[in-house]
Amino acid sequence: MRPRPLSPHLGVYRFMYTMATSIAHRITGVVLSVGLVVLVAWLVAAASGAEAYASTAALLSSGLVEVLLAGWLLAFCYHLCNGLRHLGWDLGRGLEKSEARRSAAWVVVGTLVLFAVLVWLLLLRAGGTVGGAA
Amino acid sequence: MSLQSPLGRVLGRGSAKSGVSHWWAQRVSAVALVPLTLWFVWQLAGLAGGVDGYSYDAVRAWVASGLTPVLLVLLVLALTYHSALGVQVVLEDYVHGKGLKVASLLASTFAHLLLAAAGVYAVLRIAFTTGSV
Repeated sequence: MRPRPLSPHLGVYRFMYTMATSIAHRITGVVLSVGLVVLVAWLVAAASGAEAYASTAALLSSGLVEVLLAGWLLAFCYHLCNGLRHLGWDLGRGLEKSEARRSAAWVVVGTLVLFAVLVWLLLLRAGGTVGGAA
Repeated sequence: MSLQSPLGRVLGRGSAKSGVSHWWAQRVSAVALVPLTLWFVWQLAGLAGGVDGYSYDAVRAWVASGLTPVLLVLLVLALTYHSALGVQVVLEDYVHGKGLKVASLLASTFAHLLLAAAGVYAVLRIAFTTGSV
């Protein structure tokens, strides 16, 4: 049988920023799935004793990994804000083109505000020792 | 113009009952994750602001306290479920070739089950082995 066309057809649309928000939802979702491994590793380390936790904590508070943690936090903020937008659509709300554009802008604003608050509350306030290695 | 009866046209095209189950499960877990994740970051903020930060003792005392282990178990389960459903769709869309697709879907399913089991076990182990707080 001749190969049938399969969705998603990524190449056939003119680029719109509403499309970018959709793709970003997938990308942040996959990024967060990888972050889930870190979350579970952190819990397992805390369950495995002080030594295991200390080495995991040291790894988590090393410079590069802290940047990754901030990245996961940003992905979380976006996926949460845009996910709420998706749930609104599932209720049949905000599907007009103008409304979708406005909500896309709100998602960006909400993401940045939430991200700023969470970076302060979760990362900076702990004094640069995410894992509490100090 | 078809001479088929309306019934004949719809028969054999699959169930109309479970077709939305994946879509629906993704939404149910999403709705659950809104309060659960917000609770989680709020709790982490409490830890970060505490005297001991994310130290071993502080984290274990927090995990074992009050309703925290229950909510953490729910969080781990909702996260792994939501993640498994999402990654499944991404793999189905972008991984081509039957063998590779089936292999990656299996790997994702098993990895998510492993994460769920390990996460729940870790939370319960901390809750049951930390002195009452």
